[in-house]
Amino acid sequence: MSRLEVLKTYKIFIGGKFPRTESGRYYKAVNSKGVPVANICLSSRKDVRNAVQIARKAQGPWQERSAFNRGQILYRIAEILEGRSSQFVEELMLQDYSKINATKEVEAAIDRIVYYAGWCDKFNQVSSSVNPVSSSHFNFSTNEPVGLVGLLLPESSSLLTLVSYLMPIIAGGNSCVLIASERFPLTAITFAEVLNTSDVPGGVVNILTGAVAELWSPLSTHMDVNALSVDLKSPYLKDIQLAAVENLKRVMCMHSADEQGLVNITDFQELKTTWHPIENIGGASNSY
Amino acid sequence: MSTENKNWEYADAVEGTGHIKLKEKYGLYINGEWVAPRSKTYFSSTNPHDEAHLAEVAQANKQDVDAAVIAAERAYHDVWSKITPAERGKYIFRIARLMQEQAKELAVIESLDSGKPIREARDIDIPLACNHLFYYAGWADKLDYAFPNQKKEPLGVAGQIIPWNFPLLMAAWKIAPALATGNTVVLKPAETTSLTALKLAEIIDEAGLPPGVVNIVTGFGDTGAAIVAHPKVSKVAFTGSTAVGKLIQKTIAGTDKKATLELGGKSANIIFDDAPLDQAVEGIINGIFFNQGHVCCAGSRLFVQENIADKVIRKLKHRMQSLQIGNPLDKNTDIGAINSSEQLKTINKYIDIGRKEGSECFQVDCALPNKGYYCKPTLFINVAQSSVLAQEEIFGPVLTIQTFRTIDEVIQKANNSPYGLAAGVWTDKGSKIFNLTSKLKAGVVWANTYNKFDPASPFGGYKESGFGREGGLHGLGAYLK
Repeated sequence: MSRLEVLKTYKIFIGGKFPRTESGRYYKAVNSKGVPVANICLSSRKDVRNAVQIARKAQGPWQERSAFNRGQILYRIAEILEGRSSQFVEELMLQDYSKINATKEVEAAIDRIVYYAGWCDKFNQVSSSVNPVSSSHFNFSTNEPVGLVGLLLPESSSLLTLVSYLMPIIAGGNSCVLIASERFPLTAITFAEVLNTSDVPGGVVNILTGAVAELWSPLSTHMDVNALSVDLKSPYLKDIQLAAVENLKRVMCMHSADEQGLVNITDFQELKTTWHPIENIGGASNSY
Repeated sequence: MSTENKNWEYADAVEGTGHIKLKEKYGLYINGEWVAPRSKTYFSSTNPHDEAHLAEVAQANKQDVDAAVIAAERAYHDVWSKITPAERGKYIFRIARLMQEQAKELAVIESLDSGKPIREARDIDIPLACNHLFYYAGWADKLDYAFPNQKKEPLGVAGQIIPWNFPLLMAAWKIAPALATGNTVVLKPAETTSLTALKLAEIIDEAGLPPGVVNIVTGFGDTGAAIVAHPKVSKVAFTGSTAVGKLIQKTIAGTDKKATLELGGKSANIIFDDAPLDQAVEGIINGIFFNQGHVCCAGSRLFVQENIADKVIRKLKHRMQSLQIGNPLDKNTDIGAINSSEQLKTINKYIDIGRKEGSECFQVDCALPNKGYYCKPTLFINVAQSSVLAQEEIFGPVLTIQTFRTIDEVIQKANNSPYGLAAGVWTDKGSKIFNLTSKLKAGVVWANTYNKFDPASPFGGYKESGFGREGGLHGLGAYLK
C-alpha cells in the first residue's frame, strides 16, 4: 500500500509565529498549467495592521542590536537556507522552474544574503562622514534606519527577488512587513521558516500572502509605516505614492534584483548630523 | 554688578542704505536676459519694518515658467552637460567670490526686504550663502570620490522653490549643489523676499555663467506650482511648509520626478539639571528667537528638568528682557520685524490660543515700533503635551515650556511629534549626550549648542519634516541619478 503524503499548510508569518489569516479566507496558488499547488492565506487589512503593530515594536530593539550581531544573524539565514536548499529547489520547480534554474536561483539567493550580512557593520562607515565645519565644533553625520519598511514584492517574485529586496532593509536595522507575490507565494512562506530558525527576532520580518490589490492600500496608508519599497512597474505605484503623502513615507522604487549594492541599504536610511562644541581655552596649541 | 539693565539706553546705530543699488522694477531672469513678464503683472516688495515700498517685482505666470524651463533645458543639453566638471566648478567659485565682494550690499538688502536684524544678515546669512557656493564649487570635479562605485549622472532641470526666512542663503543652498553636479536651475524665491535672489541673478550674469544655466522667476504660489508641474522639470527641491510639501508630493506622484523636501519642524530643546545653565539659557534664546523664530529648526519646544525649571525660567525671562527689539537695520537689534502681516496674524492667532488654553504666558515688557509687523518674544509655561502650541509649527518668537523628570520621559515627549527636523540637548555628561542624540528622531542634533549651520554639514529632517539632505557630501546625492 502506498503511503499517503503529508501536505504542507502555508500560513502567514507575523511576530515570529505562523497564524492563519484572521479573515479565514484562502486562495489557490496555481502553476503555469493552472494546476493548484497549495492553498494560500488571503490576508486582510486587519492582518496588515497586526503585522505593522508588531513590526513597530520589533524595530527599536533590532536597531539597537550591534551591527556586528545583525551581520551574524544575516549570515545565519544564509547557513540555514544552504542546509534547506533542496527543499527550495523542489518548491521552485513546483512553480515551473527547471531544476538547473531553480538550483541557480537558490545558490544566488544564498550568496546575496551573505553579501548583505557582510555590509551590516560596514555600510555606515562608508556612508557617514565627519564634517569639517568652520566653527569650533565637532560635527558628524551617521545613518540611522528609517524605521518600519513596507515591502511589496513584484509579481514575478521568486526567492532571489525576495532576498534581494528584504536583506538590505533588515541589514540596516529596519523592520519589515512584506507582501509576497500573489502568483508565487510558496517560497516566501517557506523562507519565513528559514528566518524563524535563524535567530531573527520575531517581528523584524513579517510576511503576508494575498491579493496585492487589496493589501497595498492598508500598508501604504498606515501612519506607523515609515517607508515603502515598491516595484517600479507596479500598477499601484501612483496610488501608493499618493497614499504615502499623508505622513511623508519615503517611497523607494526597486532597483533590479540583479543588482546588489550599498544604495539598496542607504535608500532605507536617514542621515543624522550631530554637533558639539570643542572647548578652546587655555591657549595650548596642537603643534609639537 | 547690577543685573537690572532695563534702563540701559542704546544709541541708534542704524546701518546706512546709501550704497545699495536697487532697480525700481525687476523683470524675470530667463536665459541670461532680463525680460518683462508675459503676465504683464508686477507686485511690490515692501519693508516689513515700516511697510515702505522697495521695488516692483515681476509676477511670472505659466508661460513665463515655461520659457524659463525651456531655457534651462536647452542650456543643460547644449552647454552645461558638455563643459568639463572643473570648468563648472570654476564658474561656481567665481559666483561665490563676486557675492563675497558685494556682501555688505546683499546684507542690507536682505535686512530691508525680510525684516531680519542686520547683525544676522551680515554675520550669518550672507557669509553662509557665499561659503555654500564656495564649498560646492570644489565638489564639481570630485564627484567620483563622493560616491565611489555608483552612477553619477545629473538629473537635468532642477525646479527650486525657496522660503522667505533665509532668502539668499536658501538660494545658495539650492543652486550650489545643483550646478556642481551638472544640473541647470529654475529658481523661485518667496514673494515677500525676492530682492536678494534678483541681486544674485545680477551677480550670476556678471560672472558670465552661460545663459539659461540659472533662471530666476519671481511670483506667488501659482508660479511655484507651475514649476513643480512642468513636464521638463526632472527634480523638485522645496523648502517651506509641510502642507505645501505634501501638495508637491501629490503633484509629482506617478512621474519620474525626484524631490527633496525641507519642511516644517517643532524641535525639542532639552535642558538637564547638570547643564551649564547660563550657556543653556543663551542656547534657548538663540534657538527660538534667532530670526524672529522664522526658522524651520527653531527650538520651539523647551523641555526643562523639573528640579531646575524655576531657575531656568527665571533666567530666561531676565535674559529676554534685555533683547533689543526694533529696526532691523540697527546694529543693536536682536529681534527684527516679522516677515509679513500675514505671518504676524498667524503668530498672534497661536498666542491667543495659548492664552485661552490657560498656560502661563510671559511677554517681554517693551515698546514695539508704531509701524511695521512686530511681535514680542513670548513664553508659554506649563504647556500640555497635547496643546496645539506644543504640536503645531508657529514659525515665530513663541516658546513653549514643558518639564520632565527622567531621560526616558523626555525622549518620549520629544519624539512625540509628526516632525523630526532638529533637537537640542544640554548636559555636561558625554554619555548622556550620546544616549539622547542617538534616540532623538531628528535629522540634526545640537548638543550644548543650537542653530549652527555650515556648508559642510548635512541638514534635513526625519518623518514629516521632509526628506533628502542639503549641505555636505550628502547634499550632492539629491541631484544625481
